[in-house]
Amino acid sequence: MHGGNASGSSSPADRRLSALVRHLEGSSRDGIDAGNHSIAAAPTSGSYGGRNSVFDHVVMGPEDPILGVTVAYNKDPSPVKMNLGVGAYRTEEGKPLVLNVVRRAEQMLVNDSSRVKEYLPIVGLADFNKLSAKLILGADSPAVQENRVTTVQCLSGTGSLRVGAEFLARHYHQHTILIPQPTWGNHPKVFGLAGLSVKTYRYYDPSTRGLDFEGLMEDLGSAPSGAIVLFHACAHNPTGVDPTAQQWEQIRQLARSKALLPFFDSAYQGFASGNLDTDAQSVRMFVKDGGECIVAQSFAKNMGLYGERVGALSIVCRNADVAGRVESQLKLVIRPMYSNPPIHGASIVATVLKDRNMFQEWTVELKAMADRIINMRTQLFDALRSRGTPGDWSHIIKQIGMFTFTGLNSKQVAFMTKEYHIYMTSDGRISMAGLSSRTVPHLADAIHAAVTRLA
Amino acid sequence: MAHLIRVGCSGRLSKYSSVVGATRSMSTAWWRHVEPAPKDPILGVSEAFLADPSPHKVNVGVGAYRDDNGKPVVLNCVREAERRIGGNLNMEYLPMGGSVKMVEETLKLAYGDNSDLIKDKRIAAVQALSGTGACRLFADFQKRFSPDSHVYIPVPTWSNHHNIWRDANVPQRTFHYYHPETKGLDFASMMDDIKNAPNGSFFLLHACAHNPTGVDPTEEQWKEISYQFKVKGHFAFFDMAYQGFASGDPERDAKSIRIFLEDGHQIGCSQSYAKNMGLYGQRVGCLSVVCEDEKQAVAVKSQLQQLARPMYSNPPVHGALIVSTILGDPELKNLWLKEVKGMADRIIGMRTALRENLENLGSPLSWEHVTKQIGMFCYSGMTPEQVDRLTNEFHIYMTRNGRISMAGVTTGNVGYLAKAIHEVTKSS
Repeated sequence: MHGGNASGSSSPADRRLSALVRHLEGSSRDGIDAGNHSIAAAPTSGSYGGRNSVFDHVVMGPEDPILGVTVAYNKDPSPVKMNLGVGAYRTEEGKPLVLNVVRRAEQMLVNDSSRVKEYLPIVGLADFNKLSAKLILGADSPAVQENRVTTVQCLSGTGSLRVGAEFLARHYHQHTILIPQPTWGNHPKVFGLAGLSVKTYRYYDPSTRGLDFEGLMEDLGSAPSGAIVLFHACAHNPTGVDPTAQQWEQIRQLARSKALLPFFDSAYQGFASGNLDTDAQSVRMFVKDGGECIVAQSFAKNMGLYGERVGALSIVCRNADVAGRVESQLKLVIRPMYSNPPIHGASIVATVLKDRNMFQEWTVELKAMADRIINMRTQLFDALRSRGTPGDWSHIIKQIGMFTFTGLNSKQVAFMTKEYHIYMTSDGRISMAGLSSRTVPHLADAIHAAVTRLA
Repeated sequence: MAHLIRVGCSGRLSKYSSVVGATRSMSTAWWRHVEPAPKDPILGVSEAFLADPSPHKVNVGVGAYRDDNGKPVVLNCVREAERRIGGNLNMEYLPMGGSVKMVEETLKLAYGDNSDLIKDKRIAAVQALSGTGACRLFADFQKRFSPDSHVYIPVPTWSNHHNIWRDANVPQRTFHYYHPETKGLDFASMMDDIKNAPNGSFFLLHACAHNPTGVDPTEEQWKEISYQFKVKGHFAFFDMAYQGFASGDPERDAKSIRIFLEDGHQIGCSQSYAKNMGLYGQRVGCLSVVCEDEKQAVAVKSQLQQLARPMYSNPPVHGALIVSTILGDPELKNLWLKEVKGMADRIIGMRTALRENLENLGSPLSWEHVTKQIGMFCYSGMTPEQVDRLTNEFHIYMTRNGRISMAGVTTGNVGYLAKAIHEVTKSS
């Protein structure tokens, strides 16, 4: 660190500046004391020391609660440590998985010497956009056939949410968005930074570890007309609690009657039930009634493309003309953010989705991932039952998707981390994908200990 | 049960409209009031070019490199890197700050292999979505931590710079840069603006190969600018999108930054691999901010990550892997340096050819600036009306500010291009 003051140092910079000072006219200039022929140290000049950086007041930002778990996990030297934090799929061997069909698609791309690395259009890869819309809305969706949908490639789910939120903040008359309580930790930040006002609606019922349907309907019912409502399309994160089909229908009717604008976050299509169409029902129900809605899609989990940041934002509009204008405004949001989206991941997805065989293979691999997770749920439930762990643990098999909201409190979680080297978010959420037949017993032991020793 | 309220929906939704209900099948139209947005002035050119069926068409619009056959190029070092990483792996999330290895190598390029700042860990750096993403992250950071500051932007500049700082809600001011009369640098006015700005102002500087003019300060001028920045306590943010591409030598192209560093400035810097590694669509770049010490750098980096997380969570892995594979392997890195020089040399050759062609046609104007300017772009000095004629009569596509992307010029089309330019300018 550079300490000391200007008069004592003799760096090249000082000498040059001193020489220049001597050539100056005697009159005062900004920052120069004509009498002493010295130059006040500039805020950004580190070599003079004693003066602050313009960013000296910047304090350490808080660790991201989810990604921070992995950081802590990596630091732990214990051989029995388990990472049940971030929602990334793991095999039975605890390894990340690149789907075979993705590997093949990537090889095809790499081997195709005619491919170039040019900029994509601002809205991304056209093929990918069309195929993504069809995937979530259905191949025979009238909205798609009538060109009422504008789809833009974005950076995975996060990017799709952010671009959609920025668009709403600029062009939608209502700036309130209702998000479920609880929800993915990044949601409030995404919407807040985009300029929307974030409110919550009741969702999870800790006493049943299921859906607080009455509370949800009440809160949506008393929302301001036209408010935006965030829905998790399936496999709610972090709770794994989804409305039934009947409940979705009632939610839809209420939402439409209050002109609420549905904004779907679809991060687990195919991953929840193992079936792509089943997991898209909530979205398709809303589109079917002819109304408008917004969908953010992620291919991070269901195609295992996490780090490639592949996603899509679709806005279903009343007619093609509106969709065209909306698309042009989405471009204005994207251009000053990152100009155009990354090509690699989207090319892989498009390759898989457009080839019938590869698409088939993908559905098989997807179902295998979903099945393994369902299997882990059963195993964990059985393990807790066989230990006689106090409490009702049936929610483990009732909840769906990658996460289980265990109901453990932060004290119990901290205990499990300290004594059993189990890493999870402090809200008690565990990623089932991080479990294997081999490690389920250790987790069951830890839960049992936490529940029996700590309230 | 749900209440069904039918209301006559007018064409416009006013913020203060009273109950706007919807029936089960007839929702209110949310977006009817949305106006079509203007086309992006740069990317819109390529769209128009693609739509043109003429066999003579020439695209000297967007700044993407083309070989002498007018074809896009994937560098050999990139192909080899991809071959090595393909089928590897996993596609796990990168940390929020991106690939550590890629960032390390990237800092060396800007700050020097033996930089003390790197050794002392004084640089807060994160992988960003190419140059755009790096600038945007910095603009958001500037807004959050220097909320009362403005940004001084050169006239002219890359049009998206204005969009970036506007969307970050940082108010903009401009400073003189381009001198239309000389088609060079208006150094005196630029220095005046620097002196007249309030102490401690934030300035956006193009490290090399200024976009769109191709006009760069000389080394001596950079030294004076740096000195004046010290006097005024200004903050220098460098946008370096063309390192290696300007002169063919990355070290030389980083000279402006090195001068500022030598003078002790704590700069900010955006770096892009779009052009110099031809990784355009991969969106690979880096944002760095020099701090007083390691502790501050850690704090600043953590805050940059806080801004990235609600925008895209973490940056894409593929392009970063390509970069770190190339820069981490001495042989591949050497190959890259050769290929970058090759690209820069071809462009310098085209500048000479274009100028010679115009002079041989007997143009009454001076085209000296074509070879004096540097980098991908030539600020021709043509008016929007002349550009329109080039497009409508000759199917030549460029942005209406008269900026020619020299990368789009080939031995095959330089003659045609010169003729067309001569045609529309000979009477001016």
